[in-house]
Amino acid sequence: MNEQLTKYLMMLGDNAMILGHRLSELCGHGPSLETDIALTNISLDLYGQVRSYFQYAAELGGEEVSEDTIAFLRKERTYLNVVLVEQPNEDFGHVIVRQFLYDMFQSFMTPALMNSADERIAAIAAKSIKETRYHLRFSTSWMKRLGAGTEESKARIQAAVNHLLPFADEFFVMTAIEKEMYEEGIGPDLQTFKEDFYSKVKEVLIEAELSMPESAPRVVKGKTGIHSEHMGYILNELQYMQRTYPQMEW
Amino acid sequence: MTVLDLGVVRAVREENKKVFVELTPTYSGCPAMDTMAADIDIAMQKAGYATEIKLVLSPAWSTDWISQEGRRKLEEYGVAAPLSDSLDKRALIDGERLIACTNCKSTNTKMISQFGSTACKALFQCEDCLEPFDYFKCLK
Repeated sequence: MNEQLTKYLMMLGDNAMILGHRLSELCGHGPSLETDIALTNISLDLYGQVRSYFQYAAELGGEEVSEDTIAFLRKERTYLNVVLVEQPNEDFGHVIVRQFLYDMFQSFMTPALMNSADERIAAIAAKSIKETRYHLRFSTSWMKRLGAGTEESKARIQAAVNHLLPFADEFFVMTAIEKEMYEEGIGPDLQTFKEDFYSKVKEVLIEAELSMPESAPRVVKGKTGIHSEHMGYILNELQYMQRTYPQMEW
Repeated sequence: MTVLDLGVVRAVREENKKVFVELTPTYSGCPAMDTMAADIDIAMQKAGYATEIKLVLSPAWSTDWISQEGRRKLEEYGVAAPLSDSLDKRALIDGERLIACTNCKSTNTKMISQFGSTACKALFQCEDCLEPFDYFKCLK
């Protein structure tokens, strides 16, 4: 049971960490000062959530395990984030769409986790929900501004929607771990809010004057450790210091 | 401004010259958390106490926990104190001009950025005296 719970905590934490890492790449490179600050602030919130999950996982893992070993010293196949969050920044449109889809998913997932039978997960979720809602407000407002903006911004954000939305399906695939967590009352049945997720996404796309892509969902398996080619590069950067100077601290 | 004014110290108790402190973060990723814990530890040591500091998440911190004194000190420092939940929404989402400039007190102010210098703040500017200032967002 502890082993499965640890994996579940990694799954929850890895999503926030890999997305937080992608956003941190923009530190000092945002398209404007305000968006730069916003994206790095969001990254910081996500890393705060990661720490909460990994500290919990470390307590379950015994003496040799710490939040840092969980974050930095695992092999690629044991990271359990969805493939969506690995997708590169490409342009501001991709950054916003990726964020919007993640925030929208979290706006359903986090309240569900607040009802978790695991008190610690429920507390982390209760702490995160306010942040999630604020992030969603930011990403939604940019979806609308870019969609209803210039020809250039509209074309770019539509391209990002076409590319990234098919990845969102993975959020709702119940892996063995998630099924077990559902049976234990720790995690939700993801199917219960799939429809609401897509109808909310559609609502925003309509308001943003964008169209829903017709392409079929992508079949990806990040949650079981099978990642896209981007993941290796991310981990290379993320793990370099800890692997070169083991147990270093800033 | 103290950690007590800010409402991040949740509980303190002493047993045989050892002080147990429960701290709570404003935002999950608040980078000041470790510094606050270290500062408390040092202050306690100086006063001759050992400390054990524990981070607690539940119930989640809210801006209601900032004391009246804390709000006054924020304003004095140049950070606008949080409005009530409903007024905060009207200011941040509907763009109503409700937040008073910390420099000249005019409410003819506008939001420059949803996110300010730290996660807990948004960036505003006064349209009368042109002063840019941080607004401590309401968190409930």
